[in-house]
Amino acid sequence: MTSYLVRRVAGALVILMIISAITFYLFYAVPRDPARAFCGKICQPETLALIRHNLGMDEPLFVQYWHWLAGIFTGREFVQFGECPAPCLGYSFATQEPVFGAIVDRFPVTLSLTLGASVVILAFGIMTGMIAAWKVGQPLDKIASASSVVGASLQIYFVGPLLAFYLVDTLQLIPRPSYVPITENPLDWFTHLLLPWVVLSIIFTANYTRMTRSQMVEQLAEDYVRTARAKGMSSRSVFFRFAWRGAMIPIVTIFGVDLATLLGGAIITEQTFSLHGIGELAVRAVQNTDLPMLLGVTIVGAAAIVLLNILVDVLYAFIDPRVRLS
Amino acid sequence: MTTVSWSSEPGTSRGPGPFLSVRDLSVEFSTEDGIVHAVDNLSFDLEKGTTLGIVGESGSGKSVTNLAILGLHDPAHTKIGGEIWLEDQELISADRTTMEKLRGNRVAMIFQDPLTALSPFHTIGRQIGEVYRKHKGASKKEARDRAVEMLRRVGIPQPETRVDHYPHEFSGGMRQRAMIAMALVCDPDLLIADEPTTALDVTVQAQILDLLKELQQQFGTAIILITHDLGVVAGTADNVMVMYAGRAAERGTVREVLREPRHPYTWGLLSSMPRLNSSVDVPLMPVRGTPPSLLNPPSGCPFHPRCDYPKLAGPELCFNQRPSISPETGHGDACYLTLEQKRELRTAKTEDHA
Repeated sequence: MTSYLVRRVAGALVILMIISAITFYLFYAVPRDPARAFCGKICQPETLALIRHNLGMDEPLFVQYWHWLAGIFTGREFVQFGECPAPCLGYSFATQEPVFGAIVDRFPVTLSLTLGASVVILAFGIMTGMIAAWKVGQPLDKIASASSVVGASLQIYFVGPLLAFYLVDTLQLIPRPSYVPITENPLDWFTHLLLPWVVLSIIFTANYTRMTRSQMVEQLAEDYVRTARAKGMSSRSVFFRFAWRGAMIPIVTIFGVDLATLLGGAIITEQTFSLHGIGELAVRAVQNTDLPMLLGVTIVGAAAIVLLNILVDVLYAFIDPRVRLS
Repeated sequence: MTTVSWSSEPGTSRGPGPFLSVRDLSVEFSTEDGIVHAVDNLSFDLEKGTTLGIVGESGSGKSVTNLAILGLHDPAHTKIGGEIWLEDQELISADRTTMEKLRGNRVAMIFQDPLTALSPFHTIGRQIGEVYRKHKGASKKEARDRAVEMLRRVGIPQPETRVDHYPHEFSGGMRQRAMIAMALVCDPDLLIADEPTTALDVTVQAQILDLLKELQQQFGTAIILITHDLGVVAGTADNVMVMYAGRAAERGTVREVLREPRHPYTWGLLSSMPRLNSSVDVPLMPVRGTPPSLLNPPSGCPFHPRCDYPKLAGPELCFNQRPSISPETGHGDACYLTLEQKRELRTAKTEDHA
C-alpha cells in the first residue's frame, strides 16, 4: 500500500510537470506579448526590452520554464517585484500580486463549492438511482428516469440565474450566494453556498441517477445476486449488501473522471454567482494573458484532480477486494 | 434402488406423499417477442435420500423448473402454474417470507459457474456464515466456526485460513466446494445442483460428484442434479428425467433409461455421446436439427420435426396430438410408437452403428 502510494505520487509529479510544460509552451504559441501590456499606450522598443528583461522573458523558453519550476521549490528573486519565497509561482502580470497567495486566498471557495457539489451529486444521484432500480418499471422509476433526462440538459448558466431570481429575489428563501468561511460561521457558509451547490450538481446528479439505476439493474441480474436470493437473503439485503457493492465500482470510477469536469463546472458556477474562487482567477488570467497566474491555476487544479484520483483509486480497492494496490 | 412413482394426477389430496412432488408445473415468460413456454405441464416426484438427474439440451427447461421450486423467477415477467409440494408445504402459492425462510435452509441450490455465482465482494467465510446466521440465528462467531467446519467437510485444506479468503483467491474446484459448503451449511433436505460440474475440469468433476454422493449418504439429502452430461447421471443419479422443450420425454431409473432408452430423443442423446470403449472410427450421431423455439412450440409431439420416425405411429398422430408420458409409473416415455416398434428400431439402429 505504502509503496503503491509512493509510486502513484511520483507518477503524479511527472504528470504535473508535463502539464505545466505544455501550458508554458501553449502560452507562447499565442501571438500576444504580455510585456506590451505593461508598456502602456506609447511603447518605446527600449522600454519594452527592459520590461521583457525584468520579467525574465528575454531568456530561452526552457530556461524560463526551469526558473519557474525551480521557484516552486526554492523561491526566486524578481527584479520588478523582489523576493518571492518558496513555493513561488511568480507574480501576476495583471495585478502584480503573488500568484501563490492569490490562489491560497481563493482556494477555500472553490474547494467548498466542489466538495459540497460532490456530496449533493453522490447523495442525490445514487439515492434516486437506487429508488428507480428498486421500483424498476414502476411509475416512480419512470419519473426518476424522465426527470434525469431533463436534469441532464439543464445548463448551469441557464438554471443558475433562473433559480437565483426565484429563490433569492422573488421568494427570498435563501440568501444571495457568496462565500462565508466555514471557520467564521458554518451555517452561513452552508446557506450561502446552497444554491451554487444545487445548480452545479444538477447536470451531474442526473447522470448519476441514470448510471446508478442501470448499474443496479445490471447487478441484480448477476449470478451472485441470484445465489444470494437462493440462500434466502431478503430482497432488501440482496439489494443493499450485494448488488450495491457491484454497482458502486463503475460509479466510483466515473466519479474519478468527472472530478475534472466538475472543476470546469465550478468555474462556470463561480462566474454565474460572482463567487471569488479559483475559476474566476483562471478566467481573468486568460483574458489578461497573465501567464504566471494561468500556470499557477492550471497546476493547482491539475494537482487537485490528480490527488483526488489517487484517493478514488484507493477507495476502489476498499470496495472491490479483487483490486490489489501493488 | 428406490422406486419413484410418477403419477400424472394433479395433486388432489396430500397424504404422506413423496418428499418433493411437482404437479403439472408450467412456467411462462413474457418477453418482447411473445410468451415463452419454458416449462409445460411437467410432473415428477422425488424421495428423500435419492438423486434425480434431469437431462436435456440447453433451453429444455431444466434450470427453469428448479428455479421455480425455489421461487426465484421474477414475478413481473413470469407466470407459474401447477403445484410444487415439499412435504406438506405448497411452494408456488407460498408468500415471500415463507420462501425466504425455505431457501438456503431446507432447499439449497448449487449453481453452474462458481466464479460468477459467488459474491466477489465478500469473503468465503462470510458468504457461508451469513446463511447460517440468517436461518439458525447464530452469532458471528458461531457462523464463522460453522463456516470453517463446512469448508473442512467439503475437503478444503487449511479451512481456518481459507475462510477469510475471497472467491477470486480460490481455484475453480475449490470455489465449487465452497459453493457446496454454502449450500449445505443448514443441512438442507433438498439440494438442487444446476450443472455443478460443467465449469470444472474432468478430474475435479469426479471429486465434486463423489463429494455430493458422500454428503447425501451422511445426511439423507434429496438431490436434483441438472446436467446435460449423461455420464454424470450414470454415475450419480438413481432416477433420470429426460426433458425436451419444457416437457418430460422419458423418465425411469438410471438403469432403465440408459440401458433401454425408449424415446427417440433419448436415443439421439445417447448416440451423440462418445464412449471410451467404442472404436474411434464410429462416427457420433448427433440429433439432427436444433431445439424448437419455445415462443412457438411445434404442434403435436414437440420432437416430431427432429424425429426420424414421425410417420410410423400413424400418418397424422405425431404432428397433431401431444403424447403424454406412459405408463404412468415406472419407466415411461412420451412417444406414440409401441414398445415393439421402439425395440425393433433401436436394435436396427445399434446394428447400423456397429
